[in-house]
Amino acid sequence: MDEQRIDEIINKYGGKANSVIMVLMDIQHENHWLPREVLAQVSEKLGVPLSEILHIATFYKTFSLKPQGRHEVHVCRGTSCHQRGSARILEKVRNLIGINPGETTSDLRFSLENGSCLGCCTLGPEMVVDGVHYRNITPEDVEEILENYK
Amino acid sequence: MSDVLLTIDGKEVRAKGETSILDAARSAGIFIPTLCHHEKLDPYGGCRLCTVEVESRGRTSYVASCLYPVENDLIVRTRSEKIAKIRKVILELLLAHAPDSPQLVSLAEEYGAKPDRFEKESSFCILCGLCVRYCAEVKKKNAIAFVDQGPKREVNFIPEIASKECWNCKECFSLCPTSYLQAAYFLTEALAFPQRALKSSEK
Amino acid sequence: MARINSGPELEDARKVIVSKRELDKAWLAICGGISCLGGRDSLIHAFEEEIRKQALEGKVGVRVTGCHGFCAQGPNVVIYPEEICYVRVQPEDASEIVSRTLIGKKVVDRLVYTDPVTGKKAVHQSEIPYYKKQTRNLLGMNPRIDPRSIDDYLAIGGYSALAKALLRMSPEQVLEEVKKANLRGRGGGGFPAGLKWETARNAKAEIKYVICNGHEGEPGAYMDRAIFQGNPHLIVEGLIIGGYAVGARQGFIYTRHDMPRLRENVDLALKMAEEYGFLGKNILGSGFDFQIEVHLDVGIFVSGEASALMKSIEGKAPEPRPKYTRTAVKGIWERPSNLNNVETWANVPQIISKGSDWYAGIGTERSKGTKMISLSGNIVNTGVVEVPFGTSLREIVYDIGGGIPNGKKLKAVHFGAAMGGTLPVELIDTPLDFDALSKLGAGIGAGGLFVMDEDTDMVEMSRFFLDFLANESCGKCVPCREGIRQMLRIFSRMSEGKGKEGDIETLEELCEVGSLASLCALGKTTSSPIRSALRFFRKEYEKSIESKAGAV
Repeated sequence: MDEQRIDEIINKYGGKANSVIMVLMDIQHENHWLPREVLAQVSEKLGVPLSEILHIATFYKTFSLKPQGRHEVHVCRGTSCHQRGSARILEKVRNLIGINPGETTSDLRFSLENGSCLGCCTLGPEMVVDGVHYRNITPEDVEEILENYK
Repeated sequence: MSDVLLTIDGKEVRAKGETSILDAARSAGIFIPTLCHHEKLDPYGGCRLCTVEVESRGRTSYVASCLYPVENDLIVRTRSEKIAKIRKVILELLLAHAPDSPQLVSLAEEYGAKPDRFEKESSFCILCGLCVRYCAEVKKKNAIAFVDQGPKREVNFIPEIASKECWNCKECFSLCPTSYLQAAYFLTEALAFPQRALKSSEK
Repeated sequence: MARINSGPELEDARKVIVSKRELDKAWLAICGGISCLGGRDSLIHAFEEEIRKQALEGKVGVRVTGCHGFCAQGPNVVIYPEEICYVRVQPEDASEIVSRTLIGKKVVDRLVYTDPVTGKKAVHQSEIPYYKKQTRNLLGMNPRIDPRSIDDYLAIGGYSALAKALLRMSPEQVLEEVKKANLRGRGGGGFPAGLKWETARNAKAEIKYVICNGHEGEPGAYMDRAIFQGNPHLIVEGLIIGGYAVGARQGFIYTRHDMPRLRENVDLALKMAEEYGFLGKNILGSGFDFQIEVHLDVGIFVSGEASALMKSIEGKAPEPRPKYTRTAVKGIWERPSNLNNVETWANVPQIISKGSDWYAGIGTERSKGTKMISLSGNIVNTGVVEVPFGTSLREIVYDIGGGIPNGKKLKAVHFGAAMGGTLPVELIDTPLDFDALSKLGAGIGAGGLFVMDEDTDMVEMSRFFLDFLANESCGKCVPCREGIRQMLRIFSRMSEGKGKEGDIETLEELCEVGSLASLCALGKTTSSPIRSALRFFRKEYEKSIESKAGAV
């Protein structure tokens, strides 16, 4: 992501120090991850110490300090989905694509999200891929669903 | 700021409003143990060792004395069965990380904390934050950061800043109650400081 | 629409909007809730296509509304003005619905709700037991309006409470009404909103803030999203009234980053409210100025905690601070900041327009009004419901919730997720009431009611909640961070039936210390589910201790 684009995002929020989280969110959304040099640029332009930005970037699960995959997979691990068997869905996903929640496959095909409750308990157990909800699934459905995402 | 009159362990204490109970107690010669507290730093309230009982308008609660401001007619108890239990458990939890820390060991004796109540943890760091806060508030270099959250929380040196700033400082080393900080510094220096990468590419 | 500058201008504008509505014009309400749409727009497109194909454009309206609440039977489509409810509608059904019902005025039988027990069909919303047994003072508006249309909100009386407050009441009078109504916080604290407002009002400061907490991090709670996405103007109106009462000219809305439709609806609502003159300078000619800024949550549970949220708005990492000085006195940038939950703000307009006496007539002695409950777990009708306080849990679970699926028996219900408590089936007649529930160690929390059937392992459930907290704890204080660490080690042993002698006692001691000495509510209530489980299901815990396993 080039310096100019970063500056545009910073200016969108008025260059205020308290906009740092919103700025990082925009960058994460566009770039899908937060490279170190970008963090340094944001730190300098907003006058927020790099230590504070690193704290924020590692604290919040939405931010990624490593490149993300082309497809975001989210197995809901909320209480209701858990009750309906989401642990087995997650296990199947982990076995199939070989990564843990918070990680990305080495071929950058999939990133596996952390599993917070999505608030659509009726659809559980569910898996969301690139914003599309696959409802009331079984472990047997997982492979077929993921096949569609290259 | 007007003066405030409160009672600490049965003793009447006068203090300026906005003073913490910890400071008010100290000025009255009453000792409250602390771990993450330092006069040069903003009070942190992380270790919770300084927890005391406060009673106000008939209600009792447990608060961190380093942060709680004095109030008129406040009744404070710095020692009680519950407080002793709180301090004992906090020490036992921390001793699982740093069983050799002199501060922890001496406090453990006083509170009957058993050093091997919990299985040994792999990290020495007790996350008191003295190093992070000292570097931010006193040295204003921000070379050390808290990263991650919850049980995964860590203290990390920021290589690009530490490599420039730490070589003639290292004042945080003496603040660390455990053997973590120095070890972390030298490990970071060996593995991640930029000039090392430069030096090896020059070869 | 030109800016509305006075009370009479508002009433004129409303009359014009209402007169332009053709009351017998047919229209479709497609539930745009996340469970019904599932992240796809295919259902909406299907209907739009059909209406175009069958030459009904301009003759039939389509509104993508907020959540209707009947998630278990979704996707939901309601045909007005007859209020014909179709359930489990798929895109392929659009053609039949358009031709048979919209044009032919006949009901499509197979899409009508059928009671799973009696087999009885119910065509109209008012006949469906699920809806009939609720008191939908808030949710009832959702199926009737397009959340992206401020005119729809005005047509049902929107912003009349704001006009009444700003033009015919003083801030003190507004505050008195909210106090008399005994509106208690709906986000989990249950603290009287009027008292919080009063603290902020009395704090001496030039600049004050009011904040809407739309974070809704409690797993299993999804009612705030339903009302906020479906009726954003309701919350905006409440927030402006609150600002007026407290003396704040700036409001903040803290909302979720992961729901594009919700975000769009809120942004649009603010833009339209400003255009119409409900935000900005000299609102309705009252002399009161008010602005609202939106901030997004960033995907961590603790940022829903009031002081952490305020740190987040300041642009810092969301670490809670102990509330020795209330945030209503010193909040964002040390200024008085009154924070309330989405549902709490949603209750404010009706308190002002219908009066505190009316409001206090609903509910129990100390829990007034209605509460939205989101049902989840082993229950037939997962979804969002709204009932008056005082309704028994039995009625909610069985009469509205439809009971337990797969022929299983109810074992327990749980409020408050990882910070809450469990009630065994023997206590199912407990009324929905802040105090009755918190006395039993299962405070209502945000209102997410999680149902557990006979197959649930209570030790494993406690462990699950602890895992959640491990992922969400900020890690600043020892009792929470280290307490969770050690409790997880114990649960690991116990889940394999290898609990050691003294493990339960250690858990109890860690719970006690955590609840007394932790920095914030998250740390303090880590112990709640465990203590609650030990209170009612101790035998299950004892079974997981190796030496005791044989004895029990």
